[in-house]
Amino acid sequence: MAMFSQNPTMNGPNYSFSDTPRAAAPEGAREHRFDPYTDNGGSTLAIAGADFTIMAGDTRLTSGYSINSRYHPKVFKIGGTTADQSDATIALSVVGFAADGEALKERLDAICKMYQYRHGKPMSVKACAQRLSTVLYQKRFFPYYAYAILGGLDEEGKGAVYSYDPVGSYEREQCRAGGAAASLIMPFLDNQVNFKNQYIPGSGEGHALQERERKPLSRNEVETLVKDAFDGAVERHIEVGDGLQMMIITKDGIQEVTLPLKRD
Amino acid sequence: MPGFDFSNYNRNAALHARGVPLPKATSTGTTIVGCIYDGGVVIAADTRATSGPIVADKNCEKLHYISPNIWCAGAGTAADTEFTTALISSQLELHSLSTGRKPRVVTCMTLLKQHLFRYQGYIGAYLVVAGVDPTGTHLFTVHAHGSTDKLPYVTMGSGSLAAMSVFETQWRPNLTQEDAVKLCSDAILSGIFNDLGSGSNVDVAIITKEKTTLKRNYIKPNERTQKLKSYKFARGTTNVLNEKIIHKADLGNFVTVEEISVTGPGDKMEVDA
Repeated sequence: MAMFSQNPTMNGPNYSFSDTPRAAAPEGAREHRFDPYTDNGGSTLAIAGADFTIMAGDTRLTSGYSINSRYHPKVFKIGGTTADQSDATIALSVVGFAADGEALKERLDAICKMYQYRHGKPMSVKACAQRLSTVLYQKRFFPYYAYAILGGLDEEGKGAVYSYDPVGSYEREQCRAGGAAASLIMPFLDNQVNFKNQYIPGSGEGHALQERERKPLSRNEVETLVKDAFDGAVERHIEVGDGLQMMIITKDGIQEVTLPLKRD
Repeated sequence: MPGFDFSNYNRNAALHARGVPLPKATSTGTTIVGCIYDGGVVIAADTRATSGPIVADKNCEKLHYISPNIWCAGAGTAADTEFTTALISSQLELHSLSTGRKPRVVTCMTLLKQHLFRYQGYIGAYLVVAGVDPTGTHLFTVHAHGSTDKLPYVTMGSGSLAAMSVFETQWRPNLTQEDAVKLCSDAILSGIFNDLGSGSNVDVAIITKEKTTLKRNYIKPNERTQKLKSYKFARGTTNVLNEKIIHKADLGNFVTVEEISVTGPGDKMEVDA
């Protein structure tokens, strides 16, 4: 009876919603905490084409219900030899904790520069991707809280996108969305880039129906998809908005475009 | 039996103690404001409803009817603002019928605070109550725990700081109706653009001795942008794994079918045009 009485005078163990669920802790133990991470919101997106890669991210920086900045880039050129990175061939996007993202970018940029000075040639995306994984895993037990995506052109000149988790697990992919609105954007990309769940009308019955074949998209098509993906994300996610930053990586270098997004 | 159903309380409290999280309600992370002017009162609200970081409703109504001359702007748990205002609206109507007098804003505010205090803040309704009654023009805020304020200009919700900064820099005594509407809508706009919990459109209600004017979507500063591409699929794109056709004649095998003549007994159901 006392168990469910909700009455302190009955001296029974009472449950309360205001108590945090209790784990088994020794009597008199006090918990001390250290919260070094913040989630700064925002979203990123990368799509590889036949001879180009597009990296994109919104430019809003948030904490809680506040906007800290309406223009805080998440996509960076990596490994250029000049101050403005004009000769860079690789781009990195980071979402999650902005400070860790920035620190990770600085680390990788320095590594790429050192490689260039030592070997007299820029780092390949493949090598850079492997090195980024190592950098992330080195901090396995105090990770960079950042979801990174690396983009560039591979040795054959084809678009390459590598995506990472915060502790360095990585994979080369055709496309990837990261950050706050990743769960909103990724299904759209699966359907529109890899043509998932699309079949050729009248090609068969039931399971015999043929899947629509993947074909590389043109640069214009990809740019359109990126813009539409972000316009959609802005409508339904409060942490995405203000501006859209896009980097288009081709054999001629990296072109940067910024476009406005809704600001509410 | 009146009041809430607590029959699952003990079970849920025990589950929570074992680590099952509480369900999340739709919250109107909101900007709502009110402002008195010479001859009436204006209240305004944004129209975004959120569930965590996801926008649940892009154009919801946060201005609630209490009586013809009393309206309420609500922030907090969406269901609580909706049901609390509806409950008090009903009580006020009955009270007005029994006394034969027009409802007063203080009466409304008192009923609200007594109801909310009784539930110790568990009814998460944060309200701006405004109206004109035979005793004059009134503007109140009511917090979920039952405390109230009476002020010439008020703001509430997650965007209350953004909105109050507008009032504190631009408010002055003896405003005209146009000034008050402009001030309130500017305060809401400040919430829409600077607070992530607020967004979309501005709703305004102007209450005077004579009448109430509800301006739904008074300002629409966040129209949806047109998609650059059509995402219409060719017919037959979706895979059909299984197909089963039930003919009308065989419907009786699944449900009881009873033929009723159109001119039979009973009135025809009224439907909206």
